[in-house]
Amino acid sequence: MPEVNTETVATSPEAVAQHLAASRYLADESLATAIFLAIRLGKPLLLEGAPGVGKTEAAKAIAALLGRDLVRLQCYEGIDAAHALYEWNYQRQLLAIRDAGEHEIDIYDDRFLIARPLLQVLKAPQQRVLLVDEIDRSDHEFEALLLEFLSDFQISIPERGTIRAEAQPIVVLTSNRTRELAEALRRRCVYHWIGYPDAEREAAIIMLRAGDVAQATARAVAAAVQTIRARPLAKPPGIAEAVEWANAATILEKGGSPWPEAFRRAIGVLIKDEEDLSYIAPELGRIVEEALA
Amino acid sequence: MPRDRSLPPASAPFLGFARLLRQYGFAIAPEQASGFMQAITLLGPRSMADIREAALATLAPPPDRRDEFEAHFQSHFYGNTSAVVEGDADDETRIKDDGGADDERIEAERQQEGGELSSALEQLSTRDFQRDDDRLTAFRRQLSSALPARRSFRTVRTHSRGKLDLRRSLREIVSADGDVPSPLLRRRQTVPRKLLILIDVSGSMKLHTADYLKLAHAAVQGADRAEIFTFGTRLTRITTALRVRDRDQALARAAAQVDDWDGGTRMGPTLLAFLSVPRFSSFARGAAVVILSDALERGDHAELETAMRRLSARAFRLSLATPLAGDPRFRPETAALSAILPVLDDLVDGSSLAGLTDFILSLARPAPVAAAIWKRVS
Repeated sequence: MPEVNTETVATSPEAVAQHLAASRYLADESLATAIFLAIRLGKPLLLEGAPGVGKTEAAKAIAALLGRDLVRLQCYEGIDAAHALYEWNYQRQLLAIRDAGEHEIDIYDDRFLIARPLLQVLKAPQQRVLLVDEIDRSDHEFEALLLEFLSDFQISIPERGTIRAEAQPIVVLTSNRTRELAEALRRRCVYHWIGYPDAEREAAIIMLRAGDVAQATARAVAAAVQTIRARPLAKPPGIAEAVEWANAATILEKGGSPWPEAFRRAIGVLIKDEEDLSYIAPELGRIVEEALA
Repeated sequence: MPRDRSLPPASAPFLGFARLLRQYGFAIAPEQASGFMQAITLLGPRSMADIREAALATLAPPPDRRDEFEAHFQSHFYGNTSAVVEGDADDETRIKDDGGADDERIEAERQQEGGELSSALEQLSTRDFQRDDDRLTAFRRQLSSALPARRSFRTVRTHSRGKLDLRRSLREIVSADGDVPSPLLRRRQTVPRKLLILIDVSGSMKLHTADYLKLAHAAVQGADRAEIFTFGTRLTRITTALRVRDRDQALARAAAQVDDWDGGTRMGPTLLAFLSVPRFSSFARGAAVVILSDALERGDHAELETAMRRLSARAFRLSLATPLAGDPRFRPETAALSAILPVLDDLVDGSSLAGLTDFILSLARPAPVAAAIWKRVS
């Protein structure tokens, strides 16, 4: 990938928003500012928000904006250093020892080192963007480990010494806020809470993301989804679901279902909870018709 | 101070804003304040909107206190004091989390309905307080080993009954230059499940709340991961208050947190409110959930039913302990109780501390579901 200088891309929040739009991500002013600040201040960017508002997509768009590869570290309960930092390839080390026989061999050579996401980014900070996804799923120990990494951008490998990044890598953290993150971690980051977009922006996002959806359809979907989100559902639909709904309805319509009917039949891609479905079902016809009007 | 000398006078309002937020209990670190000013410099600033964005991004107010933050911003930079916070808007159910420093939040006056005492209740036993204390101490000690366990993702080293730990064995072999020592084993660790206790503090539970809070304190002290909430007309998280070791102090702090003592009950709406906060409802996932309440829901119980069904779908085991069950003539025949009985794992007597501690310590042992037991009785 061509290397892009951060200074030239991130000249102002508006420039960032434009570049993001070029990589098919529509950021509002506030998010663009947060991204701009994170890039220019050299701080990690912490994105929080409900599931399905495009946190991970934002990270992908940032990587595209800078022309860098995205290295993703998916967090889960029980994630540890061997999954996040590095690991030795013991099998190869063993074979190498067998092969070497009487010769001397350095079994802590680079070829025996398996770099995990954090180390990968550290080795090439100018070519990669690190995404630490759903950090709220990991446990507190891992958060502490990450804290150390994020403050100094270095990793100590006992057999090799300390590896330090030549430049500050760009790091994006996302969280669904299922638990409160440590204050120390929040403090080190530029923070942004991604909310659901308004109807107009959502329609634009649907137009951008969905295959071939008519403008009127996108508008109707956005309006209907706004109404549905206002209801007390167990799982309010995210943006991705809205895009899928627009796609699915368009396909059904081409297959011969008339308009309001197509929306109703495709509801399964929007609402994925039996209880929510039965809650919304009686109202759905009215919501769709109002949105289409 | 050297800081004042090196900074231009124009930056004073920004530092002042950080200080103001700190006063109102926002946790703002010095590096965040300096980041705020750096950000403003980077952005121009071309307008007040820039300053607001910079404040949001660097000072990171928690999302649930955004409105309050906004009001402080308005009052500080525009001198617009009329906007200064009075709690949050007319929410159906107020939720209070003692996690943050929220003493400063100005609460609107309480909207309490008069509670009523469940009249059938008679407290016959004279309690021996010494024995209760001993019981709670024993409960605290036994709790963490008595809670139901789940298998963790992590593994522990073991000397028997395990699988081969390839990585450690190979590391051993490498360090022994290819010699093969005895293989090392590992086994999935088991960890105790979370314990979630929801305490009804409404008027009809008046006689028991003191005991329940003591029990909750012992639970927080004894279990690794216990969460305690109280509910009446509102929902309040009191776990942090109960983490204080000294019981009287902890109970006093918890008591100060709760605003809806001895009021009415809105069990359904408060439980739904609990479920609607992702951070709270994740406490219930895979946890042993114990609700201490008489489940005397006034009016429509449809919400209670929905809440209980959702709760039971998340919980490992959902138990309701009601003091009414202390009466041998008790049958779960009220409309609310019979509606939620099918989703309950246990419906037990919550009238005495002894019964409750024994019940919670037995949570790991399988038992027939509540509906089956109570069908047999009636």
